[in-house]
Formats: sequence, structure tokens, C-alpha cells
Amino acid sequence: MKQLRTAAIALSALLVLASVAGSLIPQFDYARQDREQVNAPAGREHWLGTDDLGRDRFSRLLHGTAVSMLLAPAAAGIAMLFAFVIGAAGGFAGGWWERTAKTTIDLFLSIPWLFLLLMVRAMLPLNTAPATSVTITFLVLGILGWAAPARILMARAQGLRRSDFILLARATGVPSWRLLGKHVMPNLRPVLVAQFWISVPVFVLAEANLSILGLGVAEPLPSLGSLLRELETMLSLRTDWCRFAALAMLVLLVSSLQFAISRREVS
Amino acid sequence: MRRILSCLLLAAALVPCAIGQNELKFYLRSEPKTLNPPMVADDASETIRYLTGGVLLRLNRQTQRLEPELASAWLITHGGRTITFTLRPAVYYSDGTPFGAQDVKYTMEQLMDPALRSPTGDAFRSGDGKMVATVRSPQKIAITFPQPVAGLDRLFDQVAIVSSQSPKHEMAALGPYYVSDYKPGSYIYLRKNANYWKRDAEGRQLPYIDAVKLEIQANRDIELMKFTRGEIHLINSLDADYYDRLLQSSPAKVHDSGPSLDSEQMWFNQVAKAPIPAYKLQWFQSRNFRVAISLAINRDDLCRVVYHSHASPAFGPVSSANKFWFNSRMQPLRFDQQAALQFLRQDGFQLSGGQLRDREGHPVEFSIVTSAGSRARERMATMIQQDLHAIGITVNVTTLDFASLIQRISEDFNYEAALLGLVNVELDPNSQMNVWLSSSEEHQWNPKQKTPATPWEAEIDRLMRAQASALDDRTRKRSFDRVQEIVAEQAPFIYLVNKNSLVAVSTLLQGAQPVAVRPQTYWNIEQLSLALESASNAK
Repeated sequence: MKQLRTAAIALSALLVLASVAGSLIPQFDYARQDREQVNAPAGREHWLGTDDLGRDRFSRLLHGTAVSMLLAPAAAGIAMLFAFVIGAAGGFAGGWWERTAKTTIDLFLSIPWLFLLLMVRAMLPLNTAPATSVTITFLVLGILGWAAPARILMARAQGLRRSDFILLARATGVPSWRLLGKHVMPNLRPVLVAQFWISVPVFVLAEANLSILGLGVAEPLPSLGSLLRELETMLSLRTDWCRFAALAMLVLLVSSLQFAISRREVS
Repeated sequence: MRRILSCLLLAAALVPCAIGQNELKFYLRSEPKTLNPPMVADDASETIRYLTGGVLLRLNRQTQRLEPELASAWLITHGGRTITFTLRPAVYYSDGTPFGAQDVKYTMEQLMDPALRSPTGDAFRSGDGKMVATVRSPQKIAITFPQPVAGLDRLFDQVAIVSSQSPKHEMAALGPYYVSDYKPGSYIYLRKNANYWKRDAEGRQLPYIDAVKLEIQANRDIELMKFTRGEIHLINSLDADYYDRLLQSSPAKVHDSGPSLDSEQMWFNQVAKAPIPAYKLQWFQSRNFRVAISLAINRDDLCRVVYHSHASPAFGPVSSANKFWFNSRMQPLRFDQQAALQFLRQDGFQLSGGQLRDREGHPVEFSIVTSAGSRARERMATMIQQDLHAIGITVNVTTLDFASLIQRISEDFNYEAALLGLVNVELDPNSQMNVWLSSSEEHQWNPKQKTPATPWEAEIDRLMRAQASALDDRTRKRSFDRVQEIVAEQAPFIYLVNKNSLVAVSTLLQGAQPVAVRPQTYWNIEQLSLALESASNAK
């Protein structure tokens, strides 16, 4: 199991590094439209063929993977920050703080996030560059996606608060800030890390959902989600295999991340 | 006993087959909002009205000329205020109620009732005052409007005559079919009207097809799949991708009827109070800027790449499909980025280092909003993005859900440029009054103006009113031709493409002659028939 996990981590890292490095090479221009070679099959010039605007699919896959795999962890980081501040701190503090945090978490969990995302996105300024737009999209995903990890962190923090060693530390006069920093944080870290890694594929898929609706990353910038739009109709099922490259990459990355997460940490 | 059982089983198997073979099936893409003819405003309801409604005059979708239907003759008098119809005798509704002049009077009164707010009635509202319908005999009626109504007779193509006496009210039909069964969200079943008045040349009663089953299905993939399996007989509007797919597998079933009346266009926000920077508003209000953008867009590429050559470059508000009203003197717009830069230089724009800047040094950058989920529009916007990048303009493409988009372009005016389509159902320019009058809410680039903001908009207002009050079609056309020329010169709408009318018709359906005008495939429904072949042969 450990070997599988190591292989999964290595594969994820390799895919991410290759896509990031590849996207920095000017030859792989994701936006250039070769209108004379629309929907071209795979060949020497275009390794994965071209899309319906004549853009090189391989270049777009490289950039799309880089965009998704850099920004999804960033969004997960933001979500963990909120989850820790609201969930863990609320759970550890108890009393009024805990009740407020719990209500806020329940409220966020009960909101249909897709509609909330659509609403937030509709309110954003229109004239934003694609790079800014994609950053905002993931930022919004991070800001709205903290509630589920916060509930788990809260439960763990509540358990810690009632644990014998914390009671003993309190009884010996250790101040709250020191308790939080020296005793609670180290005990919450595995849960936090596990939640982080669980959130990354969730955000990649959430962005893919938005992109399928045409509300994700702005053109011409690609993301894994926006690349999946090539498969949105039945017609794509009978076309060349290159159209499935983005789906294959997404499955590979999400699966690798799932394997990379330790079952012990998740449980 | 075994033989009887076999016969029964055979009969049971044959009966639905026989019914199925004379039952036309196709999909409605949305639930009809109403079955009441005067209230029809959406495409699905219009389909029901077309198939069930009896009209006094019908526009032949192929010749684009009016033909008598329930009225055997008609005369327009009093300077276009009065129309007198002579009705056919011995015509009955589907429930047996006789049809006469009283029904026409009742329908027109319903239509013009301000409380009912009939969208069909709106076209007849030419000025203040009441419409008066005078029944002169059971077969003759005169309808007088307070002001002349341009193209008055053509408007009756949309007026389905409702019975004044039938206990079934609007459900009693004079058209070839009547609504037999309606399961909301699922299907509408139409049966042949046994009292339909039309006969073919051999004296057989029309229509030939016994029933029409209209299932409600928004998913185009399912529609295509069912069509290829032979489970539905036609698709009234195909996307280019689907058309090409069907063309490969069954070329005899698809038809490209040439340019439709629909257009795709973009426009800049010119609303003075719009929450956009003043310098951008200045760009958008400049004719040179708009014309430059128009020249810099490669429409041929849009047609070829996005619509797989099933579209034509558009350069005016009327498609060439509209045979009479299209201004044939207008020249196609050429793709010329150097000419575009010259227009921009006239306004003080300078291209340096690949970036276009205005005379105050602002980089030229704007956003185009379009509807999320429309792949064709998203592709067009992305291609425009690259075309304009070549002359140093940065375009940000933003897709929004439809409600947010409408909120921005019609209420908040918080957008810079928009790319959307215009669906033209009617041929007459009067149907476009709401777009061209500067006071109108649909005057998208700068709606609800108290007085026209520019001299050319004032001129369009004048010409549109002139054509609306003129009776002679040639006089009207002269005015509307000039409107088309002004729109091409000023480019408030930058017309991009006119999509072709692409349809799919089963080889079992005989007599179909697809046209570019709605309803493309079943406009001659009463002449259509289903071949008595096994459904499997159609695949």
C-alpha cells in the first residue's frame, strides 16, 4: 500500500511538473487559432490534434493541467484556512463560539453551492483578463468550499478539548494560545492535511462543473474543466480518441491524488 | 384455440403499428406556455397554433406570398385602416360548431382587448382608439382600425380564429388538427380535424396524416438519437455539428435550405448612464470605432469554422432569405484589418508595440458578454478575440447565465459589448419596430431614449414610422431599404452571420419541402404524408 501511495504521489508530481514546465515553453501556444486545421487529427504538428477552433490540443492540455493543478491546491489552501479558523477554533473554544461556528457551517452546507457560485460569478467585474478570471473562480471555490472540512476539524477539535491531556494542561495553568499552538495544532495537522488533499480534486471537479456550464475559466485560457467541454455532446463519442485526453488526464490526476491520501489520515 | 390466440396476438401487434405509421412524431424543445392562440409568444406554443389554428390568410412559406384560407377574398380600404373579408361558407370547427363572421369579430375583440395583452394583438395596435369589427353578413366582416396598419393583411397569418359559440372555446380548432391529449411536461397529442375544410385535387379530405405526437424534449442529443433510430420524423432546426453528422450517415434526410431569417450580432453599449468608464463610452459612441471593429472581424471564418459553412456573412438587419424586404443594393462587408486601423486612426487611436491606445493613452480593451452554454456564440466570441488581437485590441470574453445577461444588458446596462442572436419569425419590417425605434426597450445599444441621441437614430425613427404608415409596399420598401443602409453605415449592431436553416426529415415523410422560414419543415403540414414502410427501413 505504501508503494502504491508513493507511486501515486510520484505520478501526480510528475504530471503537474511536466504540465507546468511544458506550459512555459513558448512553442506550446494554447491560444493560437489555426483556422485552416480545425478538428485536425493527431499528427507530427499537433500531437493530440486540434480543437474546433484549430488550437493545438496538446498545448491546451499542458496549460489546462497547469492551471487546474496550481490553482486547485491554492483554493484548497484558502478553504483550509477558513475551515481551521471557523471549525477548529470554534470547536476548541466551545460555548458561544462553537454554536456560532456550527450554525455558520450548517448554513454553508445547506446552500446549493452551484447556484451560489453562479450568483457570485455573475456579480464579478466583466472586464477581467482570463488569468484573473480563473484565479477569481478558484478563489470563490475556496471561499465557498470550506464548510465540509470545517465540520470535520470542529469534531476533532471538540474531541481534543475534552481530552485528558488538554484538561491536564489547563489544570496546570497553560494559557489558551499556548494550548492551541503547542497541543491542538499538532494534533489537528494530519486531519488538516488529509482534508487539503481531499479538497484538491473536489475543486478541480467543481471548476470542471462550472466549465461544462460555460461559466468556468474565460477563453482562451484552458483548464481541465474547460477542455472537457469537447465531450459535452453525444457527437464526441464517435470522434477521435484525442478528445478524451483531458478526461484521461483528469481521471489520472484525481485517482493519483486519492491514492496519495493516506487512509489512516482520512479516517 | 391456439389459432384464435395467434390471430389476437397478430392483431394486437398490427394495430399500434398501423397507428404509428400514420402518426407524425417530432419534439418540442420546451413546454408550450399557452394553448390559447391570442396569447402565443413562444416557439412551442406557435407550433401548436400553426398546426391547430385556422387563419383567414396564410403566408406561403415557400413563395412568401399571402394565400386565401378561411377568407376567400379580402380588400383593404380607407387608407389601410379597414380590411374586409369574405369568408368561406360551410366551414366547421373540430367540434362541429359552424364558423362565421361572428367568430372573426370575437377573435379580433379578444386580440385587441387591452386587459388580455395579446402579443399577437400588439402588431395591430397602430394608434389610440378602438378597433371596430362590423359583421355585414354571416360570411362578410369589415375590421376598421383607428390608424392605418402597414402590412395589415400579412398580420392575419398569425391570427387563429377562435369560436365565439363553441363550449370548448379556444380548444375548438379550424386548422388541420386539434389538441386531443396534453400531458404537461411529456407530450401533446394532436388528432386530425374531421371537419377540416380543405380537400386535395382529387377531392380527398386533408390532412393526410391522422395524428401528430409532439413530445417535449430539450436535449438535442436525445432528439438526434431518436431521429437516427426512426422514432421521430423530423428535426425542425439542427445545429451545424449535428447536420454534418447526419449528412455522413444519411444524406437523404438532411436539408440545408440556405440562409434563415435569424442573425447573430454584437453591439456596444452606448447608454449614456451606463456604469462604464467615460472614455470607453466615447469609443463605443464613435461610428469610426464601431465600423473598424466590424471590418476587423473575419466573417467568412466565422461561417466556415463555427457553422461548418452552413451560414452566410451578415452585413445588415435583413437576411437575404427575406426575399422582398432584403436590400439587394447593399454591398457585403469585406474583412480588412488595415482599413479598420485607418478608421481607428481617424479617431486618434494609435497602434504601438502590438497594443492599440486611444488619444489619451488608454489601452483599448473591452469585454464581450454572451450567453453561457451556447457553444457557437462562445466560439464566435473567441474568434473575434483573436481577430481584434491582430489590431492591438484586447477582448475579454465573459459568459453569463441567461438571467444575469438579460439583467445586465436590459436593466443595469453594466456591460461593454454583447454578442447575441436575433430570431426573426416574421418577414415584415413592422415586426422589427421594437428594435429600431429609439424609444423602444429592445433598442439594445441605447434603449428607452426620450429623444433620439443621434441624428441617424432620429432618421431611423422617421423612416420606420414612415414605412409603418405607408400602404404601398414599394414606398415602404424604399424607407426600409434606407434603414438598412443607415444601420450598415453606423454599425450600431455589428451583424456577424445569418445561420442557414438546417433540418432533418425522415424519408418516410413525403411531400416535405423544407424552407428557410419558420416552421421550416411542416409549413405544408396538410400536404405531408407518411409512407407505409416499416420504420426500420427509414433508419
